[in-house]
Amino acid sequence: MHRDSDRHKLFSRRTAMLAGGKALLLSALVGRMYYLQVVESERYATLADENRINLRLLPPPRGRIVDRFGIPLAVNQQNYRVVLISENTDDVEGTLRVLGSIIPISDGEHRRILREVRRRRRFVPVTVRENLNWEEVAQIEVNAPDLPGVMIDVGESRFYPHGEETAHVLGYVAAVSEAEVTGDPLLELPGFRIGKAGVERIYDLALRGTGGSSQVEVNALGRVIRELSRQDGQPGAEIALTIDFDLQKMVTDRLAGESAAAVVMDVHTGDVLALASTPGYDPNAFNKGLSTDDWKTLVSNPRTPLINKAIAGQYPPGSTFKMAVALAALEKGVISPSATIFCPGFTRLGKARFHCWKRGGHGNVDMTRAITESCDVYFYEIARRTGIDRIAAMAERLGLGRPLGLDLPGEKDGLVPTKDWKRATMDEPWHMGETLISGIGQGYLLTTPLQLAVMTARLVNGGYAVTPHLTRDKVSPRATTPRPAPRYKSIGLSSWHLNIVNEATKAVVNGPRGTARRSAIKEEGFEMGGKTGTVQVRRITKAQREQGLKKNKDLPWKYRDHAIFVGYAPVHSPRYAVAVLVEHGGGGSTTAAPIAHDILLEAQRRDSARPGNTPPVSQADDSPGAAVKKG
Amino acid sequence: MATNGLSRAQLTLRQKLWQVPWLFILLLFATAAVGFAMLYSAGNGSLDPWASRQMVRFGLGVGVMIVVALTNIRLWLRYAYAIYAVTLLLLTAVEFGGFIGMGAQRWIDLGFFNLQPSELMKIALVLALARYFHAGSMEDVGRPTFLLVPLLMVAAPAALVLRQPDLGTALMLIIGAGAIFFVAGVRMWKFAVVFFGALGAAPVAWQFLRDYQKQRVLSFLNPESDPLGAGYHIIQSKIALGSGGVFGRGFMQGSQSHLNFLPEKQTDFIFTMLAEEFGLVGGLTLLGLYTLLLIYGFAISVSCRSQFGRLVGMGVTTTFFLYIFINIAMVMGLIPVVGVPLPLISYGGTVMVTLLLGFGLLAGVYVHRDMIIGRRGADEDL
Repeated sequence: MHRDSDRHKLFSRRTAMLAGGKALLLSALVGRMYYLQVVESERYATLADENRINLRLLPPPRGRIVDRFGIPLAVNQQNYRVVLISENTDDVEGTLRVLGSIIPISDGEHRRILREVRRRRRFVPVTVRENLNWEEVAQIEVNAPDLPGVMIDVGESRFYPHGEETAHVLGYVAAVSEAEVTGDPLLELPGFRIGKAGVERIYDLALRGTGGSSQVEVNALGRVIRELSRQDGQPGAEIALTIDFDLQKMVTDRLAGESAAAVVMDVHTGDVLALASTPGYDPNAFNKGLSTDDWKTLVSNPRTPLINKAIAGQYPPGSTFKMAVALAALEKGVISPSATIFCPGFTRLGKARFHCWKRGGHGNVDMTRAITESCDVYFYEIARRTGIDRIAAMAERLGLGRPLGLDLPGEKDGLVPTKDWKRATMDEPWHMGETLISGIGQGYLLTTPLQLAVMTARLVNGGYAVTPHLTRDKVSPRATTPRPAPRYKSIGLSSWHLNIVNEATKAVVNGPRGTARRSAIKEEGFEMGGKTGTVQVRRITKAQREQGLKKNKDLPWKYRDHAIFVGYAPVHSPRYAVAVLVEHGGGGSTTAAPIAHDILLEAQRRDSARPGNTPPVSQADDSPGAAVKKG
Repeated sequence: MATNGLSRAQLTLRQKLWQVPWLFILLLFATAAVGFAMLYSAGNGSLDPWASRQMVRFGLGVGVMIVVALTNIRLWLRYAYAIYAVTLLLLTAVEFGGFIGMGAQRWIDLGFFNLQPSELMKIALVLALARYFHAGSMEDVGRPTFLLVPLLMVAAPAALVLRQPDLGTALMLIIGAGAIFFVAGVRMWKFAVVFFGALGAAPVAWQFLRDYQKQRVLSFLNPESDPLGAGYHIIQSKIALGSGGVFGRGFMQGSQSHLNFLPEKQTDFIFTMLAEEFGLVGGLTLLGLYTLLLIYGFAISVSCRSQFGRLVGMGVTTTFFLYIFINIAMVMGLIPVVGVPLPLISYGGTVMVTLLLGFGLLAGVYVHRDMIIGRRGADEDL
């Protein structure tokens, strides 16, 4: 037993050492625990919250767009879609088969759904189809017992009830592209739409509103356990346009089938009542996602349905420019209104001949007749006397040559040539022949239909620098405030000169020899004035002229003349200005003037049908008519 | 003295019952109760599926423990090798008929119970080594050749367990056996030789590790390198621990555990959950309970008058300590992730049985602490 007591002693000594070692190790554990739970505790607590708390964005409803009387033009539609939650069904394939007998599911769709089901977590709903109609929703609801895991979900999507008729004004919304992602986290939400064109684009921030947020607790798989807090966002602002939808529809219908544009505006306030460009496109298709084929069709169409010709189409103004030339000449004093110029059908400048549209010539014409009958020789002569720079200055005072600040994206400058301009861009001196050509609105001159409408408005509103706008209120990203009563500056024209020109444009339509006399408005008090324009898009060689000119309708579409008409009504107290342009439409008097006749008549009828322009709907207090009457 | 020892051997059952260390068993109950509470929380405030089953196992285990404690210690001495041999056989069997679970072959499906022979081996090895060293004199222990047999006794099961592969259990077997060698009186320099030899062999051993084991070691060294992959467990565990702070987030309020960011919260990572919900205070309380149990183990071992009893006591105590240390060090990111449960707390049947068997032996050592057993005691009549 002696030996055992030695063993016992050794054992006890070694055990003590072992115990010491273990105590050391346990202290290490305690130290580590202290480090993690006391020293680093706050950092880990934050990490734990980051794990468990997810911030979810709540997209705000997009603001509606309505016309001046409150007719909705862009709305948010409830979008019924059917979704599949795979964890609620034992047999995804079987469920899809039953669902496929109620709503058609193509093979491609079928594969996409199965792929998404595999990729997503089992509780994440996978969209089977969007935009269900009521009948389909009802069918699915009735068959719910046979459709485990299938749910009807309601979302919101943008809808344009009037489609093509308002497409070029409103534009459209579509999914956010990568380049458009800014700081706004809303833009990164899947399925979020932003304005890509038109009013939708230019007022996108106001229409968008600000997103709310919801703090939710999620588990490790991302499933929401509960909502911790919620902050509601700011819905997008409703925007009221100056557009009168009924007039807009009438104008669009009237232009249908042509590649054309028309602008109707209030000559005093600058309210744009209608702005149309045909052909249009279906803005709803962009929201749903356009197929590549449809996109190609739109882009390759020679009649450019995607371009808003009213603001982005640039055309020589043709004879509608003659008022500007006349005013410039009168202001410079190079001709008196009653002085006549002899028109033999052409004029000479050096060796070149400049032809009048009327082969035999007009004989002796004074200014009124020259405008009424659109004598080219008269304007060659007074343009020569006035000089291009004077003409250009007048054109710019009338609103040509630069954007007018309409609240639509993509407004084009147009072009009013000057000597300096030519030297700067072409490095060549100006030729007198170019002044002559400019005198009849051809050559380098380019205008948009909107600019022509504004020019017309400025001629008939007493010479005030009216500018166009599309919204009833001033819209900023944060708020909409009522637009102050317009105070447009005078463009400094003598009322005597204006009167001469306006009397002449009255006679264009109402005089016995006016170029647009066949389009006169017969209704008493509704009479319109205006000016026709026919723009040549091809050069006419001497040989062709000698052979005899071909009729427009015998030419291929793209070589036919553009038809233009600018007009206003009523003549006794002008209120509406209109510019109509029909691409390759033939003559201004035969094609454009009748359209302007219909538009101006309708505009006035709608006006007198509602005394004071009070809208029929109950919006009397914020009537846009109040502003209109002041103007 | 001999008569005294003999009389001890012939203690009546009633006398033996008086000798059972009841305070020790009370501590076991307290510790197990902490486990039940945590499993209740892990079940989201329900006894199902873990807490209730664990209670049943604990109850059965306690019965087994008391039976073991009351069994004459000479019986364990006599059958120590037999038990070791059978366990080794079972361990070999899982190489072939084993049940595939958790990516490693560890279980034998007995129909009503999935047996993990590697767990039982921890006790069997302690018994076998204790018997071997009990029979050797101090001079024997000084002879290197005498150590060959016990080294083989460790190497065989360790190799089998590594093959499964179960790094944690293999380490526990080796370190636990090392502790027995140490207290049995093996010279320090021999440990140094083995230690440095192992260090030298480490690069070779690295080649034999499975990819996932290598991954675990690598992700331990830099858990942030792969936050969603191999490092995920450690990072989430540290977040849970740290966010618990001093007083914890409250019973059943641990977001990391209850929202499933924490993996394996009812088994290997249950300490993390405890520390998340009860904070530093909760963690230290449990460590305190463990420390008391360990102290008990040391005291019982040192007070025993037979070398066999002392070695069994220290073997069991060290095994218990290794469970505690490896598990807690792992969940706190101090050592790589190895599958070692937290004793008495983690959900699991075999571990509970192994532990209570071990504690039964420890209590048996205490009951029979005054029994003197000769070096050939295994062959003596009972």
